[in-house]
Amino acid sequence: MSTATAPVNAPRRRPPVRPARVLLHIVLGSMALAWLAPLLWAVYAALRPYAETSEKGYVSLPDTLSPDNFTDAFTQSDMTHYFGNTLLIAVPAVLLTLFLSSMVAFYVARFDFRVNLALLLVFTAGNLLPQQVLITPLYRLYLLVDLPGITMSGKLYDSALGLVLIHVAFQSGFCAFVLSNYMRSLPHELTEAALVDGASVWRLYWQITLPLCRPAMAALATLLSIWIYNDFFWALVLISTGENMPITSALNNLSGQYFTDPNLVAAGALLTAIPTLIVYFLLQRQFVSGLTLGANKG
Amino acid sequence: MTTDITEEIPEAGTVPPPGGAPGRRKVPSGHRRLLTRRDRLTLGLMAGLPTVLHIALVWVTALASIALAFTTWDGIGFDAIRWVGLQNFRELFEQNPQFWPAVRHNVVWFAVLIVIPTPLGLFLAVQLDKRIRFSRVYQTAFFLPVVLSMAVIGFVWQLVYNPDTGLINSVIGANEPGKYIDWIGDPDLNLWAVLIAASWRHTGYMMILYLAGLKSVDPSLREAAALDGAGEWQAFRNVIFPTLRPTNTIVLVVTVIEALRAFDLVFVFNGGAEGTELLSILVTSNIIGESSRIGYGSAIAVVLLLISLVVIVPYLVSTFRKERRA
Repeated sequence: MSTATAPVNAPRRRPPVRPARVLLHIVLGSMALAWLAPLLWAVYAALRPYAETSEKGYVSLPDTLSPDNFTDAFTQSDMTHYFGNTLLIAVPAVLLTLFLSSMVAFYVARFDFRVNLALLLVFTAGNLLPQQVLITPLYRLYLLVDLPGITMSGKLYDSALGLVLIHVAFQSGFCAFVLSNYMRSLPHELTEAALVDGASVWRLYWQITLPLCRPAMAALATLLSIWIYNDFFWALVLISTGENMPITSALNNLSGQYFTDPNLVAAGALLTAIPTLIVYFLLQRQFVSGLTLGANKG
Repeated sequence: MTTDITEEIPEAGTVPPPGGAPGRRKVPSGHRRLLTRRDRLTLGLMAGLPTVLHIALVWVTALASIALAFTTWDGIGFDAIRWVGLQNFRELFEQNPQFWPAVRHNVVWFAVLIVIPTPLGLFLAVQLDKRIRFSRVYQTAFFLPVVLSMAVIGFVWQLVYNPDTGLINSVIGANEPGKYIDWIGDPDLNLWAVLIAASWRHTGYMMILYLAGLKSVDPSLREAAALDGAGEWQAFRNVIFPTLRPTNTIVLVVTVIEALRAFDLVFVFNGGAEGTELLSILVTSNIIGESSRIGYGSAIAVVLLLISLVVIVPYLVSTFRKERRA
């Protein structure tokens, strides 16, 4: 990130090699290693058979390294099913959040209604509340709403739909705030000219404003995917059937049910992390800018 | 590119649009006449639908939590809801043996995050901002934990802390019966063990926030400091750090909220057993546990809400005051 953006800043000279620099690299290098250590340890444990580690101890040189734990964790626990559940929740949740929050942002940022500030305040503040403040009534509400035939459980509770709704409602607070700031920075002439030419409000939003917001939308989409994928709390409370759980909370169930050895748990946990790692490595820039989109405003 | 976005945003509120009269920069009232009735309807729906969803699921439930905190209810049938005034709170403050430890642990959680990973993240950001080699590699290593779910982090750290198979005990030879150090079970140790894992993640988060903040520091400031002969530390302390004020505010807010929301890690780790109680865990155990004590759980949620409002309100006031001025 820093190297890529450097040309934008005033050029800073690359200093000659100094002892201080070398020391800095030693410090940063060893810290980075320490930071990766727990993950590397998990990988190492996952690659070793349980029989061997229980005999020789975990801190020992390996006789065999094999991906068996990974394949076992994957097949024994029917992970594809849980990954599928996650997709069923995350994809609609991300798309809907972006769609709805961009509409609110458009309303707030491009027009001069009296309620704008209050509206934005409601959304922004909502996202800052701890989830646990909402959960008790939400849980009751979800048990109350009957949706026969629409969800498997016949209720909002224990359904993918229920999780999608709370993700959308909760995350749109953050996205509306970020997108409204972004839209405010777009030149007004663009939409004003179109408005004078008689374009409808929907066109102003869909055909003019939204395409210009693509960078911010991409950043938010990356961020939301990772957040929603990683969600543990909502799924833990609002889903009761193990079968309906998304992958992260399913893992918690599985570790007690199927996985009898730590090596297998390590493999399972690492498998769960793979999609987010892929997203991160592919879309690093979007992810990081998404995190700082809201944060840099202050 | 990151800078495209990150540097545009802070300016958004402060730079007046060309030709715009101060205080009236959106579609002015004259243009409002251009909106047809249909446009107004569209706009109403565009803002209305998301707002209804957000208010119904976030604000109505938050307010319901407050109302329920003054009642007792087992969750079966609405006629079973009984108003009990402050009884839940009284019981919470005076009788629940887990409540005060939970409050204390949430405070400790915040204190640790602000004292260790935050300065560490700032330190790393300052170093990585120097355009050194391998910067990207270091950055990725420190940031990786932020991408993982808290639940996965919990599992990974269990492998480190496990009394007989864990990394630490294996290395120090405490993995035999009689010599166990029970990092997860010992109430004097487990909070600190969890906090190490939490700090591990938080450091990367803070690093990224500060890196973004440092990028928006005007380069001429650095040059001026260098010309004046300021050393690295002096320049940082007197020039760079003061300009990071907006970032510091965000960092503070983010950290308080993280400390109050802390849940997944502890839940996976030991379910919030003795030594690691947290307010969030107490709330949850009152609804997904055996006994459904809704009023009581809500009272804990209200305490959590009140504590979080202490930061949320001032933050929003200052942010939105800026907004209105813009």
